[in-house]
Amino acid sequence: MNGVFARRRSRLLAMKALRDHYASGEKTFTCPCCGGDSERKQVAEELYVCPKCGYHLPLGAYYRLSTILDPGSFRELNGRISAADPLGFPGYREKLDAAQRKTGLAEAVVTAAGAIDGQKCVVGVMDGRFLMGSMSAAVGEKITLAIECAAKNKLPLILFSASGGARMQEGICSLMQMAKTSAALSRLSKRGQPFISVLTDPTTGGVTASFASLGDIILAEPGARIGFAGPRVIQQTIGETLPEGFQRAEYQDEHGFVDAVVPRERLRETLSRLLRLHGKGERL
Amino acid sequence: MSELTPAQRVAVARHPQRPNVTNYIEALFTDFFEQHGDRLSGEDGAVLGGIALYHGRPVTVIGTRKGRTVEENLRCNFGMPSPAGYRKALRLMKQAEKFRRPVITFIDTSGAYPGLEAEAQGQGEAIARNLYEMSSLTVPVVAVITGEGNSGGALALGVANRVLMLENAVYAILSPEGFASILWKDAQRHEEACGIMKLTAPDLLRLGVIDSVIPEPEGGAHVAPRAAMGAVDRAVRRHLAELLRENGTALAEGRYQKFRRMGAGIQKEDP
Repeated sequence: MNGVFARRRSRLLAMKALRDHYASGEKTFTCPCCGGDSERKQVAEELYVCPKCGYHLPLGAYYRLSTILDPGSFRELNGRISAADPLGFPGYREKLDAAQRKTGLAEAVVTAAGAIDGQKCVVGVMDGRFLMGSMSAAVGEKITLAIECAAKNKLPLILFSASGGARMQEGICSLMQMAKTSAALSRLSKRGQPFISVLTDPTTGGVTASFASLGDIILAEPGARIGFAGPRVIQQTIGETLPEGFQRAEYQDEHGFVDAVVPRERLRETLSRLLRLHGKGERL
Repeated sequence: MSELTPAQRVAVARHPQRPNVTNYIEALFTDFFEQHGDRLSGEDGAVLGGIALYHGRPVTVIGTRKGRTVEENLRCNFGMPSPAGYRKALRLMKQAEKFRRPVITFIDTSGAYPGLEAEAQGQGEAIARNLYEMSSLTVPVVAVITGEGNSGGALALGVANRVLMLENAVYAILSPEGFASILWKDAQRHEEACGIMKLTAPDLLRLGVIDSVIPEPEGGAHVAPRAAMGAVDRAVRRHLAELLRENGTALAEGRYQKFRRMGAGIQKEDP
């Protein structure tokens, strides 16, 4: 009986992941980074890393989950939570509706319980296609509920960040999510459960200044932009051009803010290994 | 009292003669001993902190510092802290917890400093760490937003049991200029931004983001600083006295629950 449901869940995630793929139909794929053409099939096989320049394309949340979790282990958490309009912001409702239609997502983050090589965990994945992955109160709430789920069930937590920062249309309510998610992580930490933060392109603003920077282990995808202030703002402030590679994953690694830069093809095995290293282990 | 528009309040909140953290420390505290440095990388003048007596009781007091003159402002970087400033604040707060001293913070900043060095030293991590650690402190924390409270740079001193705000202070996700620039690519529309950002004290009280509004003299705190600081003193004293009746566990739990509830703007129906 369990197997039936697992197969159904596996198909469901595969179908949702399919929707996240880059517009199919055409045979060639042009990299937005280097402009090089590659065969679409090959790009898909390499998990949307450009075969020419190694650029890691942004991934949809369901597709990302399908590349990380064991088939059939995916159970979405709080999938019905979506944003309201706390400030009565002109035009916000329409923007939300459009983003939901475009992406098929309820909000800019998908949270789920699942397993990697049989090791249970709670995973959250932000999706940059939904209003730039910005943090609304609903995003903050879903992440907080995922943290609390990990704490309650004594499971490790993995969060993939991809965000332009705060959701402007929710103003101060967005800002408060930084405190809420950070406080929830502090509780998870006291329960002794590990939190692995995976930074993907881009991770900036209020997400960098809250949960994304608080991992026991912090991983980053190659080339991902990771920072607090945006490069344009910094350039305006200091009045000089920024050095090559500024705020990239490798820069953050050099400056001591990530544990490892991990190419996408090795992410699943790296996460699996980290879960094993945080497990009980065997009796000596 | 005449009602100011949100844009007028922003102007009052930024008034150069508005009482700053140095004035508050002189007026409300005695025996102030200033502490320097984060013990990691340096000393940031944008954050002022130390130990003092508040109505005879030892407390740790920390604030973002804006200067009055150009020289002062260069020393304190116009009140925009760097990671070293946030890490110094955290060091002082952990020390306060060790010695069972309440923490009082004064917030007046246009935001965390957006500079090259600040990024290289981990501005995001420094702010995140403060939010994380402040949430579980087992001593009372009272925050007073006295002028501008912008962005994570303000929140990093604002995870408090009680968040008080002066009547004409503003508290927001970022400056109205930055907001207009991000949303409409036009910083000139900042007055329009003020109108919809819900950044005034009465708005934030309604949203449950702050706990109390401290009235200001007619025209703003800079018109009658003594009276304004007296009102701040009475409010801080009242809230602190209430908090001092709770034990450490209850204080941390209360603060956690307060921020856990910050969720206006969520709907659970099927989208």
